[in-house]
Amino acid sequence: MSIDTLPRATRSHYRRARPPGRRWRSRLDVKAMPYALVSPYFLLFAAFGLFPLAFTLYYSLYDYDLTGTTEWAGLGNYTALLGDDDFWRATVNTVAIFVIATVPQMLLALFLANALNKRMRFRLAIRMSVLLPLVTSVVAVAVVFTQLFARDWGLVNWLLGMFGVDSTNWRAERVPSWIAIATMVDWRWTGYNAIIFLAGMQTIPRDLYEAASIDGASQRRQFWQITLPMLRPTMIFVVLNSTIGGLTLFSEPMTFYNGNPDGGSQGQFQTVAMFVYKEAFREFDYGYASAAAWLLFLLILVGAAINFLFVRRIGGTR
Amino acid sequence: MTIWKPSVLTRVLLGLAIFLSAFPLYWMLVIASRTNSDAVSSPPMFLPGGNLGQNIIAVLNHPEAKFVAGLTNSFIVASVVTVSVIIISTLAGFAFANLNFKGRNALLLLVLLTMAVPLQQMGVVPLYRLMVSLEWTGTLKAVILPYLLNGFGVFLMTQYTRQSVPMELVEAARVDGAATLRIWWNVVLPAVRPGMAVLGINTFMLMWNDYMWPLIVLNQDNPTVQIAINSLNARYSTEYSLIFAGTALSIIPLIAVFVAFGRQIVGGLMEGAVKA
Repeated sequence: MSIDTLPRATRSHYRRARPPGRRWRSRLDVKAMPYALVSPYFLLFAAFGLFPLAFTLYYSLYDYDLTGTTEWAGLGNYTALLGDDDFWRATVNTVAIFVIATVPQMLLALFLANALNKRMRFRLAIRMSVLLPLVTSVVAVAVVFTQLFARDWGLVNWLLGMFGVDSTNWRAERVPSWIAIATMVDWRWTGYNAIIFLAGMQTIPRDLYEAASIDGASQRRQFWQITLPMLRPTMIFVVLNSTIGGLTLFSEPMTFYNGNPDGGSQGQFQTVAMFVYKEAFREFDYGYASAAAWLLFLLILVGAAINFLFVRRIGGTR
Repeated sequence: MTIWKPSVLTRVLLGLAIFLSAFPLYWMLVIASRTNSDAVSSPPMFLPGGNLGQNIIAVLNHPEAKFVAGLTNSFIVASVVTVSVIIISTLAGFAFANLNFKGRNALLLLVLLTMAVPLQQMGVVPLYRLMVSLEWTGTLKAVILPYLLNGFGVFLMTQYTRQSVPMELVEAARVDGAATLRIWWNVVLPAVRPGMAVLGINTFMLMWNDYMWPLIVLNQDNPTVQIAINSLNARYSTEYSLIFAGTALSIIPLIAVFVAFGRQIVGGLMEGAVKA
């Protein structure tokens, strides 16, 4: 609809009938109202975005102790963190779980999306069922997986036992615990990422495939030479999303140790987010926790940059 | 066309994906409907038992879990945040998409930037100290307020409004003498309803699932449902049938939403992905 489609009489009627007071008010409405409409968001942003960020920086420059006294520390918290084995272990754990989870997840999601893209019956039902894990609650699912990975009566060990593999104590060691946690992450997010990839795949023009099959390119070749390179923008979105989510991982490893931020008896699966939580709310070392939060942010920036550059190279520059 | 037909391998892959997606939920139901000794038997029991009702009653009445309070609180928190975020986001989205004002592009860029910062983890210490000094810890408003900030919502509604509300429509309404707020209410809101649904479902699920922040600001006497499960899991981690009944209860509302709005969720996700 446009202005011209309105009855002429109606338009002029409104223009002429407006009293002077109303005109002034309507100018104010046009000039000021946009700012009023966006102001709730930006007020919230100031209160719950800018203020916490700035104060995290401020806290990170002070020493806090249990009695509540504070002392200027300069960059002391940061240098202490860089020399803290626990912090480095948490960083290694976080990155390792991220890599173990993300690499297979991206491949699986791609193949799953490719499969979902075929013409078939029950399409919506199939898409909904691969999304099902996303709509379950994280803690509940982590509880279920913790039981599945239990040492003595867990289903995973029982299954592996049928193939003659000895019982693994998934929680006790680093690599097994990483695998268990990565499994929880992948179970939840693979279907979601597949749906996002699928959306990207459906924007690829079909005549590209038709031309390729006339030229005799196999389906597999079409996937690697057309689908993958054309999917790059979607992939950047998915990978950046996974980077932020993966490097701030908290709920799954917390629940894996029954809600304890230690991340196992030797901290074998403590993530950086859990480290921050523990320092702030178990040790009440607000300065140290704040500095760790900033280093976590740095880690995310570096991770996002590396992944961005990596994805941009996928499929070459053709 | 042959290329779009699924091969045997594709069918197997899809079948496996569906099985793996559903199995942990099925397993949850199995354990939730059995006794505790069944849960630790070897070989494992794969069929549901008859104790589901009993276990659910047990977890609802558990004195330390406060499960009823948890479910109620989660429902309140998720609903209030969802409604508020929809209002805030449609207002801002309308302004960014259809109105002209100085600094519009810069402000929109700022919204995009805030989406990339994991504020929940970054600002957790000052936010907690703020809630302590306001004496709000232990109350639901401490959980609700920080989550009213939702950059994704503003971004999504801006995109959605841009596509579904033509400028001519807004101009025409203005010529008719409608004030900005009236245009928002009578013209924009009806047009962006599908976008509101996607944002609403998304926000509700996010809030229902939230764990870290309620763990910090709430105490166990007044929990959300995730915190209730957490305290059960912390103290009775081997009472599987009890905890699993709790987890099943915490998931039922989400599954209900999903079954009711599955088509919109799938469609909304796919549309959102392409727009972003």
